[in-house]
Amino acid sequence: MGRAFELLVSGDREVWFITWTSLRFSMSSALIACIPGIPLGVLIALRRFRGRRVLLAVLTSLMALPTVVVGLIVYSLISRAGPLGSFGILFTPRAVILGQAILALPIVVSMTASGLSSLDPLFPEVLTTLGASKREVLWMSVRQSRGAVLSASLASFGRVIGEVGVAMMLGGNIRWYTRTITTAIALETSKGEFELGLALGMVLLVMALGVNAALHWMVRHE
Amino acid sequence: MKRLIAVALVLCVITLSAAAQQNVRLRLATTTSTQDSGLLPILNPPFEKLTGITVDVIAVGSGKAIKLGENGDVDVVLVHDRKAEDKFVSQGYGVNRRDVMHNDFVVVGPSEDPARVAASTSAADAFARIAAAGAGFVSRGDASGTNTKELDLWAAAQVKPKGAWYKEAGQGMGEVLVMSNDLKAYTLADRGTWIAMKDKLPGLRILSEGDAALFNPYGVIAVNPQKHPEVNYMAALQYVAWVTSVQGQKIIREYTMGGQQLFTPDAVK
Repeated sequence: MGRAFELLVSGDREVWFITWTSLRFSMSSALIACIPGIPLGVLIALRRFRGRRVLLAVLTSLMALPTVVVGLIVYSLISRAGPLGSFGILFTPRAVILGQAILALPIVVSMTASGLSSLDPLFPEVLTTLGASKREVLWMSVRQSRGAVLSASLASFGRVIGEVGVAMMLGGNIRWYTRTITTAIALETSKGEFELGLALGMVLLVMALGVNAALHWMVRHE
Repeated sequence: MKRLIAVALVLCVITLSAAAQQNVRLRLATTTSTQDSGLLPILNPPFEKLTGITVDVIAVGSGKAIKLGENGDVDVVLVHDRKAEDKFVSQGYGVNRRDVMHNDFVVVGPSEDPARVAASTSAADAFARIAAAGAGFVSRGDASGTNTKELDLWAAAQVKPKGAWYKEAGQGMGEVLVMSNDLKAYTLADRGTWIAMKDKLPGLRILSEGDAALFNPYGVIAVNPQKHPEVNYMAALQYVAWVTSVQGQKIIREYTMGGQQLFTPDAVK
């Protein structure tokens, strides 16, 4: 167990690189998922339209989508033999970030929606009465529920940083390029290096804790 | 909120800047054995330094590696499954195949050797004994070169591997060796991975080796640019040239683990 921390403390370049890659991929994909995901979640929460419940149910089920299925679908799209093959992004960081963003999107949308649903239904009404425009009402609602929005983004981050299916299938576990903590753990396990795999797992946990703590701290100190 | 947005923007910039750095990359699909044995991490850096090309190693089974070549998702393959390699070339997916090196397969099993494999006269005989004793056998079951060789040996032993004693793991060589060690089962392994891992496998030892049927040759093949114009054919040929060059072959010959040579070069004697 001490070995990976030894590697980290001694500044082993590869372990740091792998850690940084994991962090970079999951932050980027969670962020990319949040850009359409949060507004979508807000709209679903505050608007009433036909099929809303069905949409919410579908989104919630999509949260359980196995990572390898997402990997497989994106793989068949971006392989040279697939419809998007000409972009040549298979086995690059972009492929991993794309796959992980797809994985994160339903989580962001559905958690944002359910978070905002707990907002007092009078809140938007009162704002409208006070003369706020539609856009202002939306913005104020998000501000009011920023804890829920933050939880949604953190949950999506947690989902992608710990997943191995997409990172392995779309990234290819290429050293100094697309090797993340999870694919490195898979590799070390395959080589019978269980201690190193376990220790990398601890690094992952510490990192996820750190990101969670940092974001919570920022929200607290608004 | 503003601070959060600022953080988000900074992350965007980091992502974009990371995506922007591009240099010539060569995608090599290969077997887990070349990667796990530690050969490629020694063989590739001098090539990268010499040519400025970065080699992206995608280590999978031979079957999948060839599939990636057929789809044009990689530029070059380095595999060990002669039949599949010849098909890959004859169907026009691969060009310029060259012999690179060989090692051999070994039949490993529990030290107690319940099927008395150590007394076998050939690899096929060893397999027949395992089946007759109904002793545990872990198969790769992943269409890798090792898996293909194993199925050939069952055919040679005139055995249809089926039953509770025959476990298809669907995993890489390392996992299968670890599983065999835990299950006290037999398996077929390439010698390179065996040597690299045997310290972690206290319950296993080599029980049959040296049969000509256990010969394990590796070939390097460029993906045909006529089938897939977007592959990096020039870089692929440079890589073929490197692994079959005097320097490349010298690195292969001199690569040892625990004092044992893992691969014998075939392109330059």
